[in-house]
Amino acid sequence: MSSQLGITPRIPPRTGVGLKPDHYKTILETSPDIGFFEVHAENYMGAGGPPHRYLGEIRERYPVSLHGIGLSIGGAGPLDRQHLERLSLLVERYRPSLFSEHLAWSRHETSFLNDLLPVPYTAESLALVCEHVDQIQETLARQMLLENPSTYLAFAESAYSEIDFIAELVRRTGCGLLLDVNNVYVSSVNQEWNPKGYIDNFPLAHVQEIHLAGHTRQTDDDGRPLLIDTHDRPVDEAVWELFAHAIGQLGPTPTLIEWDANVPEWGDLEVEVRRADAVICARDRRDLFRAVG
Amino acid sequence: MRLADRQREFAAALTDPASDVPVGLLGPDRMPSRKRYAIYRNNVVHGLIEALRAAFPATCRIVGEEFFRAMARDYVLREPPASPLLFNYGAGFPDFIVRFESAAALPYLADVARIERAGTEAYHAAEQPALDADAFAEIPNHRIPELCLILHPSLRVVRSHLPSLTIWRMNVGDGVPSPVDLDAGGEDVLVVRPKTDVDVHLLSPGGASFLSSLASGETLISATNSAISESSSFELTSTLAALIAAGVFVGFRFAELGAR
Repeated sequence: MSSQLGITPRIPPRTGVGLKPDHYKTILETSPDIGFFEVHAENYMGAGGPPHRYLGEIRERYPVSLHGIGLSIGGAGPLDRQHLERLSLLVERYRPSLFSEHLAWSRHETSFLNDLLPVPYTAESLALVCEHVDQIQETLARQMLLENPSTYLAFAESAYSEIDFIAELVRRTGCGLLLDVNNVYVSSVNQEWNPKGYIDNFPLAHVQEIHLAGHTRQTDDDGRPLLIDTHDRPVDEAVWELFAHAIGQLGPTPTLIEWDANVPEWGDLEVEVRRADAVICARDRRDLFRAVG
Repeated sequence: MRLADRQREFAAALTDPASDVPVGLLGPDRMPSRKRYAIYRNNVVHGLIEALRAAFPATCRIVGEEFFRAMARDYVLREPPASPLLFNYGAGFPDFIVRFESAAALPYLADVARIERAGTEAYHAAEQPALDADAFAEIPNHRIPELCLILHPSLRVVRSHLPSLTIWRMNVGDGVPSPVDLDAGGEDVLVVRPKTDVDVHLLSPGGASFLSSLASGETLISATNSAISESSSFELTSTLAALIAAGVFVGFRFAELGAR
C-alpha cells in the first residue's frame, strides 16, 4: 500500500462518478478531471485481484468515497459482525473520504435478499436503526452518512414521516446524511409527496453528499405512475431540476453520478458529470436556470 | 406489528411468487397494492439472475438467454445468496446444472460453468508474485527428493471427461461455435491469475493429477509418480516448464522426509 494513502483527502464540492470495472483502464490512461470516485464496498471485499489493483491506483490519484449496500442497517436482527469487520478492513486500507450506507434492510436470517428493502417508520425501527448506526460508527471510528431510500409503498404501521424519522436518527446518532435526489423524486411520485417540499424540510445542515441517477417509469395496479430506481440510464430532467433546487439550498456539495446497469461508455458519463458540475458552480439563480435548461 | 414479524412476512413472500402480498403494504391511496410489492420481488430475483448471467456468460451463450434465465431463476429460488458479497454467489451453480433435467442433453454445460466459476474465483483470489525459472535454478540437485512446490492462491483445476475447454473457448469473446466431437476425449483445464488477467490453459495428460498432488503438499517426486500412474505419457520437464511459464508456482519448501 502506498504511503500517500496515509492522508485522507476531503471530497471536493464537485461531481464524482460511481467506479465501474468497464472504466478502470480509461480512467488510468486519461486521468479525467473528476472530483472523486465512489465504490460499492462489497465489490472490493475479495482477497485480491483487479478490483484492488485498479482501486489502489485510482485512490492514489483521486479522493474515494465508500458506499455500502449490504450492511442491512434496517434489519430486525443484529448486524453481521463478519461483514462489519470486512468493512472496517476496507476503510483502513483505502481511507475513504466518506462512508455511506442505506436506510434499508437486505438480510433475513441466513439469506441476503439483494435489494434495498423499505423500513417501516416506527419507534421500534428507529431505536434499532440508531443502535446499528452507533455500532457502525464505533467500529469504524468515524461518522457515517445515511442515504434516504427510494420507496414503492408505505407501511400501515408507520408512525413517523420519513423526514421526521431521518431527522431523529441524525439527532440521536450524530450521523451525517447522503441526499439521493433521484430517490427523493422516485419516492415523491410513488408516495404522492411534493419533492421540493421534501428537500426544503430535509435536515439539510447534515447533508455531506448528493446522489443522482436514472430511473424507469411504470404504472401501478390503478394506472398511477410508479417510478423504479434502476440506475440504468441518464438522470431524468425532473431530477436535474430538483437537484438545482437542492444545490440552491445547500450550496456546492459533492455529488455522485450513479450508473450501475447498462453501464455506458466513459464519454456518456462525463456528459452527466459536466452537467452536474455546471449546476454546482452556478452562483446566481439565472446561472442555475441556464445550467439546468 | 413487530419489525421482526413484518420482515419475516416480507422476506418469505419475496421468493415465493405464489404467495399472497403481505397485508399493510399500501399505495398513496392507503390501499393494498400488489404491483408495488412485486417491484421488490422482481428486484431481488432479477438482480440475482443478472449476477449469474454476468458470471456465466459462455454458459448463457450456449443455452440462450431465455433458457438461461429460466434455469437461473430456479437456482435463485432454491439457493439464495447467504452473503452480500455477490461475486461469491453461484459457487453451487455448476452442481445445480448437473441436476437440472432440462439441461441433460448438454452434458458439458456444467463443466463449462465450472471453468467460468474457476475464473471468477481466480479473479478475486489473493495476490502473490509467481516464481520464474531462475528462482528454481538455485535448488541443489541433492535436495530434489524433498522438494515441494507451492501453488498460486488463484490456481484452480477443472477436470472434464468432455472437451469442455474447447466448447468454452468457442463461446467467449469473439469465439465462433462449431461442431465438436464429444467422443474426442476429456480436457483438464488450468485457471490461474499470476498478475492482472485470468489465464486459462489446457493441461497435458497427468497434469491435473500432478497439480492436485502438489496442492495437497506432496513432494515433486511423489506428484510425478501419481501423474505417471494416471498417464504414462506424463513428461515432467516439459510440464514443469509450461507450468512455470503459466505463473503457477509462488514458492518451494523442503519436506522433512520420513518425519511421518
